[in-house]
Order: sequence, then C-alpha cells, then structure tokens
Amino acid sequence: MMRWKKLAVIPMLLALLVAACARGAATPVAGLPAEAQAVIKERGLSPDDIVAALRTYIPGGKYDEYIMFSSGGHSGQVLVIGIPSMRLLKVIGVFTPEPWQGYGFGEKGTLEVLEGGFARGKPILWGDTHHPALSETEGEYDGQFLFINDKANARLAVIDLRDFETKQIVKNPNAISDHGGGFVTPNTEYVVEGPQYATPVGWEYAPLDQYKDKYRGLLTFWAFDRQKGRVDPDRSFQIELPPYWQDLCDAGKKVSYGWVFCNSINTEMATGGVEAGNPPFEAGTAKNEMDYLHIINWKKAEELIQAGKYEVMNGMKVLRLTTAAQEGVLFFAPEPKSPHGVDVAPGGEYIVVGGKLDPHVTIYSFEKIQKAIAAGNFERDPFGVPVLKFEDVKEAQVELGLGPLHTVFDDKGYAYTSLFLDSAVARWSLGGPYRKDGAEPWKLVEKLPVHYNIGHIAAAEGDTVSPDGKYVVALNKWSVDRFAPVGPLHPQNFQLIDISGGKMRLLYDMPIGIGEPHYAQIIKADKLKPFLVYPEIGWNAVKMAKDPNATEPGRERMEVREEGGRRVVEIWMTAVRSHFNPERVQIKKGDHVIWHITNIERARDATHGFALGGYNINLSLEPGETATIEFDADQSGTFPFYCTEFCSALHLEMMGYFLVEP
Amino acid sequence: MIERVNAWLQEDPFRLPRAFFIGASWLLLFSLLFPYWRMTLQAPQYPGGLRVDVYVTHLAGDVNEVDNLNHYIGMKKLHEAAQVERFLAPLAIGAAALLGEALAFTRRRWMAVMALPAMLFPLVFLADMYYWLYRYGHDLDPNAPLRLPPFTPPLIGTGVVGQFRTVAELQPGFWMALAASILIALGLHFRRVVRTAIERHQPVRVGPFVLTPEGARA
Repeated sequence: MMRWKKLAVIPMLLALLVAACARGAATPVAGLPAEAQAVIKERGLSPDDIVAALRTYIPGGKYDEYIMFSSGGHSGQVLVIGIPSMRLLKVIGVFTPEPWQGYGFGEKGTLEVLEGGFARGKPILWGDTHHPALSETEGEYDGQFLFINDKANARLAVIDLRDFETKQIVKNPNAISDHGGGFVTPNTEYVVEGPQYATPVGWEYAPLDQYKDKYRGLLTFWAFDRQKGRVDPDRSFQIELPPYWQDLCDAGKKVSYGWVFCNSINTEMATGGVEAGNPPFEAGTAKNEMDYLHIINWKKAEELIQAGKYEVMNGMKVLRLTTAAQEGVLFFAPEPKSPHGVDVAPGGEYIVVGGKLDPHVTIYSFEKIQKAIAAGNFERDPFGVPVLKFEDVKEAQVELGLGPLHTVFDDKGYAYTSLFLDSAVARWSLGGPYRKDGAEPWKLVEKLPVHYNIGHIAAAEGDTVSPDGKYVVALNKWSVDRFAPVGPLHPQNFQLIDISGGKMRLLYDMPIGIGEPHYAQIIKADKLKPFLVYPEIGWNAVKMAKDPNATEPGRERMEVREEGGRRVVEIWMTAVRSHFNPERVQIKKGDHVIWHITNIERARDATHGFALGGYNINLSLEPGETATIEFDADQSGTFPFYCTEFCSALHLEMMGYFLVEP
Repeated sequence: MIERVNAWLQEDPFRLPRAFFIGASWLLLFSLLFPYWRMTLQAPQYPGGLRVDVYVTHLAGDVNEVDNLNHYIGMKKLHEAAQVERFLAPLAIGAAALLGEALAFTRRRWMAVMALPAMLFPLVFLADMYYWLYRYGHDLDPNAPLRLPPFTPPLIGTGVVGQFRTVAELQPGFWMALAASILIALGLHFRRVVRTAIERHQPVRVGPFVLTPEGARA
C-alpha cells in the first residue's frame, strides 16, 4: 500500500520539478519573500492565481483605473464598480427608493423624481434596469451624465455624475415596456429608448387577433438638454415601427453618424397562445430564417418632425410608420435568425449583429447599405418598409460558436463577442481599416470559457469611437458553483478578463447579489470629476442649485401660519456635528409640516442623516445639502428624530424631539 | 561689480542705510500678502490635516472645520479673535512702513525713534498671538460637550488636544516682517557708522566695499 503511494508521489514530484524548470527563473514566484511563498503554499495558489491577484489588487488608498457603471437589474439601481479591483463603490438609487441616500423617503425633490416615473399616476417603485449609457461628446464618454432604462415600465432615468444621484425619470407615454435603450447618439443629442414587446399604439386595448393592424413598436428619441441636465419631452419624438419586437439598438458614429440600428426577433408576428394549441412564443418567433435589421436615419426623422410631419399621441410627437417607410427614414436588411446584439464598430463603418440562434456574427457595411439605398434595389415588407438585399449589404460573417449575443471592441482591431450557449468570450479579428497588422480579417482568434451563461459583455471605453482595450467584463447570468452557496437564488457573476496580452486571461469573479444586471459601461476614472462636498451651503441636490430655503447658521426658525383653514408649520433647521437646531419641534396634530434641513458642514464625508420614526422619513444630508420634507402630522405622540449617519463621537446625542400634541 | 557699488556709494555714502530703510518698509508692506502664522491639526480622520493660516488681516484655510471641532470643547469661533487687531493691522503696517521709509530721508539722530514701530512689529505680533491663544485656551464655554482643563495652544511647536496633534509654525509673512526689522537695525547701524566716519574724516571699509570715501562730507 505504502509503496504504491510512493510510486504515485515520485512522478508527481518529477512533473512539478520539470514544470518549475520549464518556467525557469522568469517565474515571478521565485524571489518572493518567504512570507509570500508561505501564503502561496498555504492557500494553494497557482502561478495564474498569483498573476491574477497582482493584476487586480489595489492597495488601500489607491484608486482604480476604470469605473464601471452597471445596471442593477431588478434592484432598479445602478452599481458603480472599480476596475480592475472589482470593488463595489456605490449603489445609486434610481427607480427604487434607496434609504441610505435618502432617496424617496420623505425628501420632496427625490419624491418628485420618482413620481416622474409613475405610470399615469400609478406608483412604480422598482425597475428592471437594463442598459446604462454614459453621455458622449463626439462619440467619446465625457463623464457628465449616465442614463439607464427600465425595461418593465418603459422609463428612462438621468443620473448626474457630479454627485452620482438620479435627477429625472421620464415615463414613456406610449409604451408599456421597452428594451433597446438607453443608448446615446454621439453628442448625446438624444437618448434613445428602443421598444421590444409590441403593444397597440397609444396605450390602447386591442385583441391579439388585430396584432398586425393595431400592434406596433415605438422607437423613442428623448432629446437631452445638457445645460439643464434633463430630458426635454417637448423636443423628443418617436418613430412607429412594425410589431416585429425590436430588440437591441446602437447609434451610428463617425461615418454612420445620424443613423441608428436595431434588430428584431419577431418578424413572424407570432402572438403565442400555447394554451390554445398555438406554438409558444419561443417557437413562433423563431420560425423564420431571417429577421430584419432596422436601419434608421434619425437625422431625417428629426427633419420630418421639425417640418411638422408628426401626430401627437399622449403628448408625444410620433412619426407614423407610413411616413417613416415612404420618406427614407426606415429601411430593413435581413439578419439571421432571432439575433440579439447589434453593435457599431468604433469607426462606424460596420454593424455587427450577434446571431443568437445562428452561430455567426453578421457584419454589415454602412457603405454598402448606403449604396443599396441609393440604388433603390429593394422590395417592401407588408408595411411598405424597403427591405435591402442581404448580399448587397453584408460585409462578412464569422462563425464564433453557439449563442453569439453582444460585441464590444478593443484598440487593436479585435472584437469580443459573448457566446451564451458556449459560455465563452470569442475574440475575433475585424477587417477593413482595422486590419493593419497583417492578421487575417474576419476570423475567430480565441475563445475563453466564462462561468456561466454570459449575457452582455463590457469593454474599457468599448463602445466609444476609441476603445481602450485592456479589460473586458463578462456579465454572466449563472454562477452555479463559483461562490459559497447562499440559498437557491444565486448571485450573478461578473468576470474580469485581461485582454492586454496575447491571450485572454480570466482575472476575477465578482458576485452580484442585488439583481440581474444586463449591460455595463466602463469609463476611464479620470474623466469623472464629482463633487467632494456640495459647492455651497444650502445646495439643492435635485435642482443642482442653491435652495431658496437654505438655512444659514443663526437663521434657524419655525413659523406657524394659517393656510386654507389649517395650521401650516414651516421649520428651517441646520445640522452640524453633533446637533440639529432646533432640537425641539412642537406642533399640533393635523398640522401641515414643511421642514427644511441644511447640513452646514464643509468637511468631506461629514454627512448627516435625519430619520423621523413613525413617519417613514429618512434623509441623507451630504455636506452643504438642503433637503425638504412635507407631510401632515396625522398622528400625535412624541417622536425622537435623530442623525442616521454616524457623524461624530457625540452622534448618538445628535437628536431632537418632534412633539405632536393631540 | 564691487567697483560699481563703491562708485555708487562715493556719490552719497548715506545711500546704503537709505537702501536698507526703503527695502525694510517694502518688505513690511508686502508681508501683508502672506500668512504670518499657521496651525496644522493632524488627526487620523483628516488625512491631509486641517490648516489655519493667520494673516495680519484675515484668517484662511479650514477655519469652518476647525471652528466646528472646537465647539466640542467650548472654544470660541476663530474669526471672533483679534478683530480690532486685524482691522488696524493694515493701517499700523502702513504707518510703520511709512515711518521706516521716512528715515531714509532724514539724518537727524532723534528721528531714529521712528524706526521703533516697524522694528518692534514682529514682537508685537507674537505677543498678541500668544495673548489670543492663551485667551482661547482659557476662556472655554463651561457648557461644552467636552470639558478640558484650561490650556494654551502652542505659539510655536507642537501640542496635543484630544486626537489632534497641533503644529504651530511661523510663516513667510512673519519672516518678512522680521527681515524688515533686521534691515532697519542694520540701516541705523550703518547710518551711524557713516556719520561717524564722516565726522572723523576716516574712510570705513567692509571687506572690499568702501562705505565712506576719503574727504566725504556730511
């Protein structure tokens, strides 16, 4: 018995020796201090592990090179993650109230932001956040704003990156749900919200047997006013599309500036009904070999809108389908087969469509599309939309593997496509102007397994006109066995991949335990210039301006007045370490209370909270911020209010009494 | 170079003390633009430290934050200190500088008194600074959250209050005022040397420099 064991051990040792000699002195493990060697041994780390650790470790006090803004999935929030450390820096409350940030728990400004996203008055306090989009100038991220859509309720949110807070939510007045958004045009002229599941146009009811006549997709162009930092619904418009279930979209850039591309997955116009013996949607929508890439001239659409060729539906200008089809706004090109991602190459020359049910990515040439349109060589679909010939517009097809979904780009002429079914990332070479290194164009180079079921993929500045390369992040839907079990609902898995070398290298698994993120964008960290404290005392963080109710120290007061037969009590309070002023607020039951609180601190990180138990109120008052709460004192009693952000040694004493006489 | 200086002095030997007086008054005036004194507070939660710069006319730096912290021990707000001094300082410095400058244009012995305000200014600043430090450390609000035994924050050097290490240092403004003071002293000295030399008809040399030429007359 012992002998056998020895016999097994000897070849193993020999193998190790050979391996060690093969690596030679170049291995970084040699020459490490004894303590490091001991740690490596104790933790059983491989040389690859050590390289990965060294590539991702950021010592305390040092900053990450990139910041990733990720959809928070069902949490309705946005995650801010450092790269390469994959540390979570912040969760930004967007569609869902967020108590730590005082977002939607009494503060008037934030409640108004959330109310902007109510559906015809109905409170909607979550979101299925999908695609974050950083604002761009000439196709480059400018670090000023972030947009994100809510698929479940067709909404778009605006986050100001001066303070990483949500400033506006707009509800699409004509769409129930959406998908292919948000993404921006190259100068953030518009934030585009693409549709998905077709519904009767104008928020109407129509039975499914009227699907072809009544049901439509709507591509929404939300005009963005950069000066105000707000979407301007009055300048926004929509383009009516056939009920083909448009999926993802991307904006043309550089040579294809002025165009938008969306794909579609249900040109079959399947209406489901598995319970009635019909093919279920999953089969019905996959019947055709080809669906349609939508090619949309938004500059032309903008001209038509300005020329008044629109109808107003629920307050929104809509360019009707017949106009779009006849006036050169909308064209189709066949695409195989129920595809998913559509991504425009950095220079705008190529449009890459991920086949999903087809193992290829199909690459379309913008130049060829323009030639085909000019030649007028097309048929029309049942809605009168010109359909270009596949062979006229196709540049190449590259077979990558099973389930190609989304594509991002690097700085060396390579594209990276997520393969859902293969659970892999494919690196493949672009052609044309991207191929100056003599490598074979349009060819699969390498596949890297990821864990598992990758959806979107994000690259460092990967969908700008000048990607940085360096890193790719795989947004995996399943983590299965990658983390310690935490119950049947498993975390998602973000995997950081180093793409700087000859081979892709997996560096880090980051569990996401808050929702299922869809897309993420990665910006160079030094492009972000956020406030460290608000610029002046009395700052209204929603309006991003000084608040008229800012309270100077020494001007704290309480006023009582009669208004419409009831008492209105208005309080102007300050907060500073470690007290509120006033500390006693005495009113009568039934009073209407308007309460302004200003944090008069100027020190970095000297945030105060304000919680009023029994009234569902919590505020976050960052240094300089003024917040306002307004409510009816409908229950009598003695309510302590206190600071909810541990601010100082006397933080517990930072409280007061709200006394409501019966 | 040396010859040019000697030639310049030969024309009028009082040029040297005059240059000292004029230089001193300008230095004193310019010192208004620079801090005289700085206190830096260091604590774990303030990685860069907190800084209060004292100019003769105003305070600068993290005054708000220091006030904010000081309230815990019942110390008064910094800007309330030395208000009269800060109001008068530009006038006083202007006057002292003018007097210093006036010395350049008189040779009367008793007029040396005019040098006193400018010469003593640095000392007056330190004394006043010490007075306020003493008052602020002793006149603490008895109702403050934290009660400390009375203390005097250091005028120069380091001290410790709670988790704060305080470092007090003199700043360029003070050094300029001190330099002005020394220049005036030198000016007075050389004026006397020159005057004596002329009275005794003896040339005076400092190294290669001839301060008073032979036969110069007062």
